[in-house]
Amino acid sequence: MGAKKNRDKNTNAAAAAEGTTEASAEQQGPPPPEPKPPVEVLYCAVCSFPPEYCEFGSSLTKCKEWLQETHPDLFQKYYSDEALQAKIGTLSLEAQSKLEKDVAKKEAKADAKADAALKKKLSSQITIKRIERNKRKHVTAIHGLEAFNIDLKKAAKQFASKFATGASVTKNPQGQDEIVIQGDVSDEVLEMIEEEVGILKGIPADNVEIVEDKKKKPAD
Amino acid sequence: MFKKFSTSTDIAGQTPVKSSVQRSLRAAVLAQWKIEPETLDVIWPKKEGLVHVKCREHISIYTVHGEPIFFQHFDGPIYPTLRVLHKYPYILPLVRIDRGAIRFLLAGAHMMCPGLTSAGGYLPPSEEALAADTPVAIHAEGKEHAVGVGISKMSSEEMRKVNKGVGVETVTYLGDDLWALQTI
Repeated sequence: MGAKKNRDKNTNAAAAAEGTTEASAEQQGPPPPEPKPPVEVLYCAVCSFPPEYCEFGSSLTKCKEWLQETHPDLFQKYYSDEALQAKIGTLSLEAQSKLEKDVAKKEAKADAKADAALKKKLSSQITIKRIERNKRKHVTAIHGLEAFNIDLKKAAKQFASKFATGASVTKNPQGQDEIVIQGDVSDEVLEMIEEEVGILKGIPADNVEIVEDKKKKPAD
Repeated sequence: MFKKFSTSTDIAGQTPVKSSVQRSLRAAVLAQWKIEPETLDVIWPKKEGLVHVKCREHISIYTVHGEPIFFQHFDGPIYPTLRVLHKYPYILPLVRIDRGAIRFLLAGAHMMCPGLTSAGGYLPPSEEALAADTPVAIHAEGKEHAVGVGISKMSSEEMRKVNKGVGVETVTYLGDDLWALQTI
């Protein structure tokens, strides 16, 4: 995605340059009054580096796949046998193997990290808490939505317009952000999460629990 | 400088820059970079307001349409961001490091002299020697695009003579948090 965005940007810049032709890196146009066109740089969609630096990133295998699919000519340039030979040229064999080992290690590490993040995401809980304000008035606090990459501000706005009440993002005493909605809407919120309304997407319903927080013992 | 940088904790505020200040900034950029006024106008159009993003430790990032263009530490030299440098690679003097140093650079290390003076490295010839404390584009052996932006800690002649210790201090590099930050 990053690459595409950048390409867009580049074309915009080129358009702004009015009539200058697209030029390669080496060509440094001499005419002073004309702005020099920017060098078009392709960025890897996987690791956001220029593809020649993918080998130092933490997702080389995926980068390679991506490059082979989208830019086979460049893939030939960077990963063909001759290119690999040329790269080894100036470096001692030892250093080269060390570098490769390093990259493999890095890759494994990044994979493990991504796995752990995913696991954490899957196991993180969302609590919908009904808090009693006085006898018959409640507020609903939703905690833990940010673990699922949901913009809390937008979610609060969505709740506010859906329930026609106030909803805000506040810090709870532990210093974490949560959404506080006026009124007792815990069941409706649960329903919304299950139906994935609006921006509330990708939340497993099993991870949602409703708790009650009361000042006194409930009447029932 | 940007090894660890997050928008939520490290940014103190954003303010549009006054046009008089913009004028002096523009003059400073033109004086410090090897860039024509016309080309600068493409990166930073005159009509578009520049936004000053104030960060911790006296770092100022300047953005156009939320896209970082250049940054400055305190009132030191003005560095382009790596993405701008990729598009206009000639605006800063070039040094090159050998292949062995790339992985250290990508971990945020400063560049030691031997990596610049060895066979794979490149320093400007003595006719156009690099002075100390100049922003430089750090390229890498066998690579087309710059891998980082740095500031020379000693002159290029000195680097050749001493051949020891930090030659170029890395300011921003490929894959650091400023790189990850495409828009503010």
